Amino acid sequence: MSKKLNEMPVSNPNKGRTFKVVGRQPRKPEGLKKVSGEALYTDDIVLPRMLHAKILRSIHAHARIRKIDASKALALPGVHAVVTGNDMPIAYGIIPWTQDEYPLCTDKTRFVGDGVAAVAAVDEDTANRALELIEVEYEVLPAVLSPEQAREHPEIKVNEKAKDGNLSKHVFLEFGDMEGGFARADVVDEDHFYFENTTHAPIEPHCAIGQYDRNGVLTVWSSTQVPHYLHRELARVLNLPQNRVRVIQPLVGGAFGGKSEPFDLEFCVAKLAMITGRPVKILYTREEVFYSHRGRHPMEMTYRTGATKDGKLTAIDAKITFDGGAYSSFGLVTAYYSGQLLTAPYQMPAYRFDSSRWFTNKPACGPKRGHGSVQPRFAFEVQLDKIAHRLNLDPIELRRRNFIGEYTETINGLRITSNGFLECLDAVEKASGWKERRGKLPFGKGLGVAGSMYISGTNYPIYPNEMPQSAVLVRLDRSGRAVIFCGASEIGQGVNAMLANILCEELGTALADVQVVSSDTDLTPIDLGAYSSRVTFMCGNACIDAARKLRKQILEACAEKLQTSPEDLDILPGEVVCLKDTAKRLSTPEAFQLAEAKSGSLAATGSFKTNPLGGDYRGGTIGASPAYSFTAHVAEVTVDPGAGFVTVDRIWIAHDCGKAINPILVEGQMEGSAYMGCAEAIMEAQTYNSKGMHIGPSLLDYRIPTSLDTPEMQSLIIESIDPEGPYGAKEAGEGPLHPSIPAVANAIFDAVGVRLTRLPFTPAVVLKALREKEERERRAAPAAAGGQ
Amino acid sequence: MKVVCTLRVNGEPHEIAIPPHWTLLEALRYELGLTGSKQGCDKGDCGACTVIVDGRPELSCLTLALGAEGRDVRTVEGLATPQGLHPLQDCFDLNGAAQCGFCTPGILMSAAALLEHNPSPTREEIKQALAGNLCRCTGYTKILDAVEQAAARLREARP
Repeated sequence: MSKKLNEMPVSNPNKGRTFKVVGRQPRKPEGLKKVSGEALYTDDIVLPRMLHAKILRSIHAHARIRKIDASKALALPGVHAVVTGNDMPIAYGIIPWTQDEYPLCTDKTRFVGDGVAAVAAVDEDTANRALELIEVEYEVLPAVLSPEQAREHPEIKVNEKAKDGNLSKHVFLEFGDMEGGFARADVVDEDHFYFENTTHAPIEPHCAIGQYDRNGVLTVWSSTQVPHYLHRELARVLNLPQNRVRVIQPLVGGAFGGKSEPFDLEFCVAKLAMITGRPVKILYTREEVFYSHRGRHPMEMTYRTGATKDGKLTAIDAKITFDGGAYSSFGLVTAYYSGQLLTAPYQMPAYRFDSSRWFTNKPACGPKRGHGSVQPRFAFEVQLDKIAHRLNLDPIELRRRNFIGEYTETINGLRITSNGFLECLDAVEKASGWKERRGKLPFGKGLGVAGSMYISGTNYPIYPNEMPQSAVLVRLDRSGRAVIFCGASEIGQGVNAMLANILCEELGTALADVQVVSSDTDLTPIDLGAYSSRVTFMCGNACIDAARKLRKQILEACAEKLQTSPEDLDILPGEVVCLKDTAKRLSTPEAFQLAEAKSGSLAATGSFKTNPLGGDYRGGTIGASPAYSFTAHVAEVTVDPGAGFVTVDRIWIAHDCGKAINPILVEGQMEGSAYMGCAEAIMEAQTYNSKGMHIGPSLLDYRIPTSLDTPEMQSLIIESIDPEGPYGAKEAGEGPLHPSIPAVANAIFDAVGVRLTRLPFTPAVVLKALREKEERERRAAPAAAGGQ
Repeated sequence: MKVVCTLRVNGEPHEIAIPPHWTLLEALRYELGLTGSKQGCDKGDCGACTVIVDGRPELSCLTLALGAEGRDVRTVEGLATPQGLHPLQDCFDLNGAAQCGFCTPGILMSAAALLEHNPSPTREEIKQALAGNLCRCTGYTKILDAVEQAAARLREARP
């Protein structure tokens, strides 16, 4: 690398700042539309002459397509077009190096639910009837349904992209002196863990509309969380120049990583619109949402960890095997993240990981909230708890002793700036009554702790380029209204509110006077998308950049008018005020008008691009981020030892988000994350039968928590004020998920004395562990104790 | 073959021609332009389509449109009045109870029906009333807070 990596910030301009709006404004620009039913999601959009399309899906886990006869379907009145794999023979994929999916299967199907053909018709009913008339001749192939089968049967090739049998990606990285680390350890713990396959289950099913106009411009509306990458892939696969494609992302009804790459429906609506000359919509059924998946990879994990008798870590050795499903998705990144993101908040003197992702004939796994690092975090934090127990140390104290510190570098070369992890531990310790209560609750009740870290955006774009990763255009009207144009995807996480708050802070506008136009590749400047928790850090900085250019123009114009200098002026909500003579005031519209008169129509752009970061080795940039968030949880559980039922009563969530631009929304992210993690701990499992069929692709069978299943949660925001984040902010959307699962596992140990290492902790799993423990204790007890 | 269906929605009478197998949700969304009610699963699992029928929350995706004839249907679009938002709507916005907002219309209707029958629900009763509405964003905490706050406001308004 020619550029210098990992330069530490020289000062922290965000420290000690006071705010007029930031941290104080709970509402969001689109909030009232969402509570009134006015908010428009993709499926709410109806275009004149719009057709509806449906996708025929494979009934086999692995089959060669011999022949497709659509003549009967085409003959059905109301059917306008049928497309198959041969109509779109260019492969796509979110990672440029692993493009291995086709809009519809070209040669063979790789999982039950893989798309084979698509029909456009006057309405959904007709399209569904037409699907039944398409005749597909399959040659059924043997399928592999687990990483073990994938390894043992290289002759059954799931995905031709794999160079070596069915291996999708293998990463092996070693840092520090492993041998020496284990040699000086007083205790070494080795455990095996399993993390179950889980999925995002956003309440809005995926939806897309395609339209192809007379100028040869293809417009696709989609419930995507990555409009820019979709733009590029649509152009490439449909063989259109990029300047003939427009992607619009309306409000998205939940995503969580499940909408962060292109899917078959977007290509199909586009192609069918081009063929028919009419707009075409596809709305996934709930069943199809489960097939599109890209959820959490199931992982088999072995961790071997050494520590000194005072609890200091000496070496960590991880071996991870995961089931990737039929396609690559983000798998290359997942394989790295599974190891790279474990290296803080604890100091690791030596660390090694060996991760393998395997192709199997099941829906592809991908990035679910906390991409790649939730599973290892579960394993490692449970192991830390075991070591603390073995050494008779308080698990919180053990974590404190291994704290990596702030303004430092991890063993794998990640630059850490602000770090509020100790404050997080303090906060959950105090709020949960840890010192007074842990280990002292009655049998069946317990407390558990866990910590974690996460990235505030991946440091590099998915395809290498030197352009901004995020940009914002702000236009001010002489009425006092402001419009923020930004490519960032509002998926419920609150990016619109974050941007609006920044503008209100910098320019004095009222929230009601700010409109955010987001995610339209024709109207809005670039943002790479709502993934890797990058939005607040990157778009926020871009917005500050744009707003400050306008602020300067406004203050200069107002200074002229008030016959003072710009330095003596401040912008407050609704007005510009002279600090030396507070009688000198101008309203926000007056200020905008003066600036417009002085410098012409008011608009400014702002951009953000990261500096080079990461380790100087192959893969060393994966996991690099401009800042890291830190989290600690304490969970309180009740375990019914008779029925095995685990109730998570409460989770205390302390999260270092740097600076909470909108605390209500930050709390919402913390609670939503903890809820989602807790669900993975105790109930969620996406499983398949021996033929590769999903067991219950519905929200009744794939159970997600209702209001009655969700614990009480207390959010404790920690503000470490990052030197480079917008006003000091870092991410809040994914980090707070990680500790929930190990915290629950550790609380179960505190409650009933069993270590659960396989997820989810269903009553059957808990009961089995309790029975085994009773058996062990019976055997261990001397015969005399039996009363003989 | 379409049939004529007469519905009363948010106090307004409508006469529409629909296939007889259409659900109330399809009639609301496709014929009446009332897209506030959402389709999340189409089989009664998620609650995003919840509307109030004759004072009770019902799943419009499991209710035939023809079955709603002669009944009083209320959707999220009818929750606000010309005088302003329903307190539930304002409290949801203020408390961050709507993140992506997709489950919100259904949850608002379940909560509105609850508060009409029980002006002072306990937190547990609110959880019970909303147990048929899945939310994937919030973890429910802010939703429960919002319903409690709205209930308090409604009680103050009607002493």
